[in-house]
Amino acid sequence: MIRFTWRQFRTQALVVFGDLAVVAIVLAITGPHLVHLYNTTVATCGAHGDCSAADSAFLKNDRNLQIALEALVVVVPGIIGIFWGAPLVAGELETGTFRLAWTQGVTRTRWLAVKLGAVGLASTAVAGLLSLMVTWWSSPVDRVNMSNFVSFDYRDIVPIGYAALAFALGATAGVLLRRTLPAMATTLVTFVLARVALTHWVRPHLITPVHLDLALNPASTGYGSYSTLFSSSGGNTLQPSTPTIPNAWITATQIEDKAGRGLTTQYLRSACPKLGGNGGPGGGGRGGAGGSHQTSRVSAGAQQVLQDCVAKVGKTFHGGGGVSARQPVLGFPMVRAGDLPRCCPPSGRFLPLVGPPPPLLRRSAEPKRHPPTSNTSKVG
Amino acid sequence: MIEFHLDTRSGVSPYLQVVHQVRQALRLGFLREGDQLPTVKDVVARLAINPNTVLKAYKELEHAGLVAARPGIGTFVTKTFSDPSLAAHGPLRQDLRRWLAKARRAGLDDESIEALFRDSFRSASSEGVA
Amino acid sequence: MTAVLEASGLGKRYGRRWALAECTLAIPPGHVVGLVGPNGAGKTTLLQLAVGLLVPTSGTIEVLGARPAESSAQLGRVGYVAQEAPTYAGLSVADHLHFGAWLNPGWDNHMAEHRIEQLGLDPNQRARKLSGGQRAQLALTLAIAKRPELLILDEPVASLDPLARREFLRDLMQAVAEHDLSVVLSSHLVADLERVCDYLIVLCASRVQVTGEVEELLATHHRLTGARRDPSTLPAGQEVVEASHTDVQSTLLVRSDTPILDPSWDVEQVSMEDLVLAYMSQANNAERGRQSSLSALR
Repeated sequence: MIRFTWRQFRTQALVVFGDLAVVAIVLAITGPHLVHLYNTTVATCGAHGDCSAADSAFLKNDRNLQIALEALVVVVPGIIGIFWGAPLVAGELETGTFRLAWTQGVTRTRWLAVKLGAVGLASTAVAGLLSLMVTWWSSPVDRVNMSNFVSFDYRDIVPIGYAALAFALGATAGVLLRRTLPAMATTLVTFVLARVALTHWVRPHLITPVHLDLALNPASTGYGSYSTLFSSSGGNTLQPSTPTIPNAWITATQIEDKAGRGLTTQYLRSACPKLGGNGGPGGGGRGGAGGSHQTSRVSAGAQQVLQDCVAKVGKTFHGGGGVSARQPVLGFPMVRAGDLPRCCPPSGRFLPLVGPPPPLLRRSAEPKRHPPTSNTSKVG
Repeated sequence: MIEFHLDTRSGVSPYLQVVHQVRQALRLGFLREGDQLPTVKDVVARLAINPNTVLKAYKELEHAGLVAARPGIGTFVTKTFSDPSLAAHGPLRQDLRRWLAKARRAGLDDESIEALFRDSFRSASSEGVA
Repeated sequence: MTAVLEASGLGKRYGRRWALAECTLAIPPGHVVGLVGPNGAGKTTLLQLAVGLLVPTSGTIEVLGARPAESSAQLGRVGYVAQEAPTYAGLSVADHLHFGAWLNPGWDNHMAEHRIEQLGLDPNQRARKLSGGQRAQLALTLAIAKRPELLILDEPVASLDPLARREFLRDLMQAVAEHDLSVVLSSHLVADLERVCDYLIVLCASRVQVTGEVEELLATHHRLTGARRDPSTLPAGQEVVEASHTDVQSTLLVRSDTPILDPSWDVEQVSMEDLVLAYMSQANNAERGRQSSLSALR
């Protein structure tokens, strides 16, 4: 039965594993070059000059390949699951060959078990190999992008999980719908929905987020409005910049007082009447979690107005007898043993070891050469 | 070696047709003592009929004492058709020819003669059955 | 002798319709069994129940003394060719033989290759390029080469041209002669079955109408022609299957174990086709009667 499963599956397997080999060759050729660049520009940047410039220059290398690989690792597990999972049983049901297959000397249970097992294993193997290759190739990039949790979905073992999910969905759809094309279409839709649901509605609740309080920093708090797929500011307001916590998944950043009340526009207007007069000074801060940000070049005077306002708000909301303003950050810090020194040196206790387990493949720790950014952090 | 054929429209069951054809062959001298009948496999290959049919026919012929099966070799004719009625053939044939002449003189064409003969034959036979 | 197929009260229902109902059979071994009936009568359903592709809604069925498809051993003893002889379109003839070898414990590869050679099939040709007759022969090869005790064929020659049909039946009969197989084959053409079957099952309106050895059925069924008469006046032991009357004449098809001695009847033999047709029209009449009594109740 195993031999026959391989025979039925042979062409597809050869095509896919052949493609994987091509990808492997491309990565093997370009990979060492990237590492070399890293070692010469980014690793030594502290010694001579601006590290953030070195970072962004480095990240521009092979940018197209980076994007292509990201797309590949996101898409391939799903595609494999759809093309290998859906026709597994549906193909036989559709063409009537099940009447031939189930009347030989193999019971139906064994037939199904072998097919599911063999092809399922192949699917996860493809995803695993691809992920392995891409993770290896991207390790210099990931080291530079330390604060980027977004790559969680396409590194290490996560694509394997998605491949298994897509395959299982495909096989199930095939059995229920009994026709290959409708099964493939259904699997595609269900898989995409599942991924979206997992990322936005399941994952945030898997563990309790760590709640951090940080002081408002006038130098990096901006002013403007933002809108993302999932939230918007509904008008101009103060926007704190996202703190740099390596590999942390920051789910939200807000301004609130000690009691947890948010900063209202009325309070802002009363505290800083001069703000917003020139059509909204843009921020010096960086964008929020994945949002589009209205920034515009403003005069030095407007910037001063903003900084004064933030300092004022921060003071009024801070300490004293009244409410204090803090910048709570909900995040999932991902810990890697070697990363500790890099983040937030004042309070080493910042990283309670709460969070998803560290990924299977570790890159060797190499301390990053420049200090963390301007936000002071206080454990809340 | 003789060859069998099957008349699917005669209404006679296949095994009986085989029996009849063997008897006919014996009568007409196509089969003599010691001749081998076609093997079951040969008959099946030629006629695409159930091998049991052939076996049954050969068994009946064996019962009638006309053939004998030699296991592993085949089925062979044991004696020529010493039909005592063979002697009566000559005079019967002459009677028939006279009758035929009479029927033609009465104006019957070939078809009518055949129909008359068949009908009389059948009713005479069924009187024996019923 | 244990029956090759034994069914007791077997039934299969889809929604509200019974595709097969109250089917009770005991097919003796060593026969070529013809399962005959009109389309939609339940022949395919019965055969699929026999090979385990369907599960009964009611009653039981046992094939070669075991539940169909319950184990690898049982599956190896039954060969099956479904309607239209499904094959893997993209695989070659040789691949199909490998399929048979890998999936069947009792596979006789020498016989399979010999048969393919005799049939003149190119081992490297894809199944989708074969003609209907060639595909049927390939499917038959796969079923025979696993050395089963029982062969079940669902309308194997329905879509074949006359020559292909004759060749298929000839090969089948040769296999029966060589390997002492029992065969159950279904058809809606009686003429095919007359030359190969020695056991008959007539299935009509989802029910078994008559079963038995062909010789016995032909010996016990007679056509009676005579003056117009009420069928109920016949003595017991003479069961009327079909009756038709004109104003002066009656023609009856009767089943009787004892010879019919009444001189007022013209007694004739019936052909298998007449016998089957008579039972089928009886079944249709019964079904119509059942439907009208049901609608009368509503």
